[in-house]
Amino acid sequence: MKIKKTEIEDTFAEAFEMYGARVIITADTKQWARAAAASMTGFATSVIRCKLEAAVECEISEEDTPDGRPGISVLLFTMSSKTIAGQLIDRIGQCVMTCPTTACYNGLDSDKTVSVGGKLRYFGDSYQISKVIDGRKLWRIPVMEGEFLIDDRFGIQAAVGGGNLIIFGSSKNVALRASMAAAQAMREVHGVFLPFPQGLVRSGSKIGASYKNLIASTNDAYCPTLRSISKQTAIPEKVEAVYEIVADGLDEASIKEAMKRGIHAASEKGAMFITAGNYGGKLGKYHFHLHEIANN
Amino acid sequence: MSATHLKLHTAPEVPLETEVINPTVFANLSQSGIENLNVMHGNDKCHLGDFFKVTGKGASEIHIEGDLSGVKLIGAGMSEGKISVEGDVGMHLGVGMSGGEIIVNGNAGDWVGPEMSGGRIIIKKNAGHMIGSAYRGQSTGITGGEIFIHGNAKNEVGSAMRRGLIVVGGNAGDFTGVNMLAGTIIVLGELGIRTGAGMKRGSIVSLQDAPMLPSFDYSCTYHPLFLRLYFSRLRANGFKRKIQDQHITGKYKRYSGDGIELNRGEVLLFAG
Repeated sequence: MKIKKTEIEDTFAEAFEMYGARVIITADTKQWARAAAASMTGFATSVIRCKLEAAVECEISEEDTPDGRPGISVLLFTMSSKTIAGQLIDRIGQCVMTCPTTACYNGLDSDKTVSVGGKLRYFGDSYQISKVIDGRKLWRIPVMEGEFLIDDRFGIQAAVGGGNLIIFGSSKNVALRASMAAAQAMREVHGVFLPFPQGLVRSGSKIGASYKNLIASTNDAYCPTLRSISKQTAIPEKVEAVYEIVADGLDEASIKEAMKRGIHAASEKGAMFITAGNYGGKLGKYHFHLHEIANN
Repeated sequence: MSATHLKLHTAPEVPLETEVINPTVFANLSQSGIENLNVMHGNDKCHLGDFFKVTGKGASEIHIEGDLSGVKLIGAGMSEGKISVEGDVGMHLGVGMSGGEIIVNGNAGDWVGPEMSGGRIIIKKNAGHMIGSAYRGQSTGITGGEIFIHGNAKNEVGSAMRRGLIVVGGNAGDFTGVNMLAGTIIVLGELGIRTGAGMKRGSIVSLQDAPMLPSFDYSCTYHPLFLRLYFSRLRANGFKRKIQDQHITGKYKRYSGDGIELNRGEVLLFAG
């Protein structure tokens, strides 16, 4: 099918079940909240090597945060419910608790919760104080600035990781422009985040490599420089650059909505061809068919 | 919502003990069944119907009218539902309650919510001594729940409390938080003397300055962020006029004590 001049391949994105948490960081100013969020979401692009995928979901106005200060919502996903608590403890402990003026709250209502503040409280060396406010247990951990306030437990839920679009352009600039437009449109969907830099991946990977010990290697099928020598090349004529957008979301519907917006935004900005990455449907629980999504 | 209405038609001459006024006790009882519930009028065993006219049906909400200042133990042991009172109530309101809500559109006597573990009690006017306290001889007071007094309270608010929240919209008497084990007491007016005497842990907050015992040491003046969450909740629960923006964003003097005990308690006094 075509949208404007963009060919949309009849294929699907294959995505996986992950576990997600939403962390609300507040601070005296937006700048400090952003600083903590940037630190917390550093080195969190792919579970392949980072063990975690995370990014800022959105900024939150003072009226909508628990303590009436500027806030930022951060989404963090791991492959297992068993590993998410450790990641939250490490990243909040090292990146948020250390950041001036911040506080940290759970942003996900869920029956399943993990102890985070309940573990970080030990940093208070027995001087910490718990408070239950309207049924919500918090810890006040004394720090050199005053106190760090954090929720005792954070909600986690099954989520979807690995929704994706692969966007082809007639030049690097065209592909980049179309991909950035797609990423911007996708990020606006509540509950979705794009873990890679500005949402884009230029080094998409395939499973395995010619080297025995590598679990992933460059996706030579989409490398323009290998068009004439890769047996799997899938680069159409006149395409000179390709970018991938990976989208993680708290549920299937939000990923679908994000991918739909991404397809249309990339088409508006002159993408030549759009496809998606999959593993033949054998690995991932979720299959997002591009034609179905684009037409809905 | 359906409710059972009780209207006082005969004022008790001596204290009337009415622990049967409880949504759980009323459940599945007819009007006559409720009227036949036993109450103690001094040393005399009487029936609830000897003092109250019962109308309506449904146990989830009980509405009571009249001057109940001589009526004790309303809502004792309550675990669910709602009791609302139009008028004053006597001592031991909601003793040992674990859930539900009691609202008094009037004054309350001594011993509001002693040893409660959950639920909420709201007194729209003043209350007496020993709000949310341990009974004499007991080591632990309330272990949960919330008590909101919109007016003044007398001595020993939150004596030996372990958890929960007590809010006094007006002034509190002497010995607020005496022997406190943990939990939070917020007094929007003035505190009396000997605040926090013998406290081990817990927080006592006041929007006014107060005389401190010599066994409490000043630590610093800072902005306790957690108070924003309490104040936001209290503003939404009828205390908006008394909690101004400066109280939410301002600084508080922190005193640690009681030095004769564990010394992990705190008194936070608004400093502007």
